[in-house]
Amino acid sequence: MDQDFRLWPRQASELAPRVDAIYIALLLMALVMTVLIFFFVIYFSIKYRRGSKADRRLSQGSYLPLELTWSIVPLIVGMVFFVWGAKTYFDQVIAPARAIDVYVVARQWMWKLQHSDGTREINALHVPAGYPVKLTMISEDVIHSFFVPDFRTKQDVLPGRYTTAWFEAKEPGEYHLFCAEYCGTDHSLMRGKVVVLEPADYQAWLQGGTPEPKSRGEALFRRYRCYTCHSGESKVRAPLLEGVFGRTVALADGGSAKVDEGYVRESILRPKAKVVAGYEPIMPSFEGQLSEEDIVDLIQYIQSLSAPAQTP
Amino acid sequence: MTTTSPTTPELSPPSRQTYLDAGYTVRSWLLTKDHKRIAILYLISITLFFFVGGAAAVLFRLDLMTPEGDLVRSETYNKLFTVHGIVMIFFFLIPSIPAVMGNFILPMMIGAPDLAFPKLNLLSWYLFMTGGIFAVAAIVLGGVDTGWTFYTPYSSTYSNTNVMLTAVGAFIAGFSSILTGLNFIVTTHTMRCPGMYWSRLPLFVWSMYATAIVMVLGTPVLAMALLLVAVERGFRIGIFDPALGGDPILFQHLFWFYSHPAVYIMVLPAFGVMSELVPAFSRKRIFGYNFIAYSSLAIAVLGFLVWGHHMFVSGQSVYAGAVFSMLSFMIAVPSAIKVFNWTATLYKGHISYDTPMLFALGFIGLFTVGGLTGLFLATLAVNVHVHDTYFVVAHFHYIMVGGAVMAYMGGLHYWWPKMTGRMYAEGWARLSALIIFLGFNLTFFPQFILGYQGMPRRYHFYVPEFQVLNVMSSAGASILGIGYLIPLVYLLWSLRYGPVASANPWGATGLEWQTPSPPPTENFLETPVVTADPYDYPSETYAEPEPGASSPGPRADLAGV
Ligand code: HEM
Ligand SMILES: [Cu+2]
Repeated sequence: MDQDFRLWPRQASELAPRVDAIYIALLLMALVMTVLIFFFVIYFSIKYRRGSKADRRLSQGSYLPLELTWSIVPLIVGMVFFVWGAKTYFDQVIAPARAIDVYVVARQWMWKLQHSDGTREINALHVPAGYPVKLTMISEDVIHSFFVPDFRTKQDVLPGRYTTAWFEAKEPGEYHLFCAEYCGTDHSLMRGKVVVLEPADYQAWLQGGTPEPKSRGEALFRRYRCYTCHSGESKVRAPLLEGVFGRTVALADGGSAKVDEGYVRESILRPKAKVVAGYEPIMPSFEGQLSEEDIVDLIQYIQSLSAPAQTP
Repeated sequence: MTTTSPTTPELSPPSRQTYLDAGYTVRSWLLTKDHKRIAILYLISITLFFFVGGAAAVLFRLDLMTPEGDLVRSETYNKLFTVHGIVMIFFFLIPSIPAVMGNFILPMMIGAPDLAFPKLNLLSWYLFMTGGIFAVAAIVLGGVDTGWTFYTPYSSTYSNTNVMLTAVGAFIAGFSSILTGLNFIVTTHTMRCPGMYWSRLPLFVWSMYATAIVMVLGTPVLAMALLLVAVERGFRIGIFDPALGGDPILFQHLFWFYSHPAVYIMVLPAFGVMSELVPAFSRKRIFGYNFIAYSSLAIAVLGFLVWGHHMFVSGQSVYAGAVFSMLSFMIAVPSAIKVFNWTATLYKGHISYDTPMLFALGFIGLFTVGGLTGLFLATLAVNVHVHDTYFVVAHFHYIMVGGAVMAYMGGLHYWWPKMTGRMYAEGWARLSALIIFLGFNLTFFPQFILGYQGMPRRYHFYVPEFQVLNVMSSAGASILGIGYLIPLVYLLWSLRYGPVASANPWGATGLEWQTPSPPPTENFLETPVVTADPYDYPSETYAEPEPGASSPGPRADLAGV
């Protein structure tokens, strides 16, 4: 039953050793504190037990220098850990720009994963070793949480809003993927694996997968007749989508918005919420007609109109 | 002030009218306005709830002996941990020390005949029981599976269980908590006896006062959040579910805005009990009275500013996360100060190892571990990894069970003679304190390791690698369960067969020890007048108290005696 027992999770991402370093420092600090307190409690309890002959003169009801010391020193130690933890955290959550994009759609009780070339998989995520991978995640129902212990990565996956996470796996291997936010009956079965491959194997895997090169997004773009407005030949004035992803656009209400996944999704579902300056709010809502995966497909298509798809 | 000890053990209980003799009918109990009798009503009810919650825990811990969870189905497993959480938090921990010991002792500690609003006090017990009945009904009618945190949109849209009934139950019980808090605040302000200045308040009263502030300010927010869940569920009005146009994270903000301070509703009273036990069994003035009193208030206030540390990976802004992390480190300081103060109180004391003190020493050890692991959770990068794993489960059990329940047990043993007029079997009591301490550590320490290995919480099935530590934890839970059953037996036994207790069996200071055990209905036969600081144990120049001396020196005169 314990053939795979290990006391410590594997350090399988670039970040894992850095998180572990803080953890070990915290352990040492905690150990010192616990030993000190236990020592004094036990030592005093024995030395000053009722009936013992210890000298009890000159004890005080309070002693300000001592109390200030044991207030300020913990505060300073705490601030050191705060800064250390926060710095690492920012690296942990902010993905590098060169990362490979993967979309994650969670639902009760499975993980659906989609690569930038359109390859899809369920409850398994194949990635290359040594490349940062950025996950853009959304849920179709309740809140889930994407957790890979060996990578020290965790991020809640929300309905109605994209969240992101990233990691860079160090070595080929298989790692547990858990759902860490309670999500109903089979929460504990919402498990999968991350399969890390050598970059060459990863390329081969992608080819051998189900490549749908001109992706489903383009088909959806046709099926839902998005092109009748969003194209050069259109008579209706709507913004062209080529090159728009990643830019910041001016809005009719005077504000501005960065065109990212969340913005595109909102424009599809609630087009009147952020109208681009110079256009009429005439786009219909596609709420209820498109699944989260359809929307992800469309986002990938629009993304592909801006930049060449990244592959290692 | 050095003259009379107002109570003499020779006055045997039957010759004097005690609060227990004020009526023997069920009616006389159910319609009582005496704070002491209401405390006993609470004591009986929360003990029942404790064993309901405990039974659920033992059951699912047994289920977790194997990775396949062969004992129950997933639906049942989820309902079990939900019942455990809801019952333990809303129906045991939150009322435990305030509603039992606060009710019983607080008026006596400040020399008052009762709380400021006796009828309101009775009402709050009825509200509590009504809430409890709703919760039990929800269980009997099929259970709830949302977890005690009720996260949306699972609770508001997806769960097919009795969420409404449970939310209403918690909602009603919340009002009981608000009323108790209100009563304590007004009582502390208006009912102190002559000479009981704020600077002379026992630290237990200070901690009750701080707790009451949290109860009054925090609980309405939880009530509102639960009401909104019910509204969304019942009328499909979009508040939290994005499919209806709501925001799922909004619920977490509302929930933790109450529920983080609520952990201080559970632990501040425990601090208060500790600040009574440690000086009493060290026969020594508590070290740093002012720091302890003010750090309670600091915790009550700062407690409202750190709710976001439960939400570091929820998708909230990373900058908000950084602020919440920093504030969490700051709130750790007042908690640490208290541990240092209790330890320093032992220095040059006259320490005895009566059962309440054993629980108190156990508290210091376990709370230290719980508090230090709180720092791990407050550290952002580490939190990302351990959040929602067994590490969190272990952490909050060290605080809430290792801390709050240990203090509750200590307080219960300490004030038991006052409440019942009887002593319990000391040997059995010490044994159970030891079993609880060992069982507790065996149950929860492995969970820290399990959490860092990556086992998520609320898992019915788990991967085989995690089995060894789970088996250890389950074994510990059985020992712990036995540890809690033993006191049930010897305490009940003591009611009939225990030796009759004197007014002040521990030789403690404090007004509650200056009146007979059990006290008369009006608490004091004469209004006490306080003439000395609390914890006014004799100074350290003398060698040893006379053997058999019960009181080290009264600090109150009874006017006219
Ligand atoms: C003093 C008494 C304390 C009590 C009663 C307490 C209780 C709890 C509880 C019940 C949880 C679990 C929340 C959940 O259901 O996920 C929790 C989590 C947490 N506690 Fe404590 N705690 C205490 C002290 C501390 C201290 C001193 C710190 C930090 C310095 C701290 C930091 C945290 C953090 C950051 C979490 C969130 C963990 C997570 O969800 O990832 N706690 N605590
Ligand atoms: Cu899930």
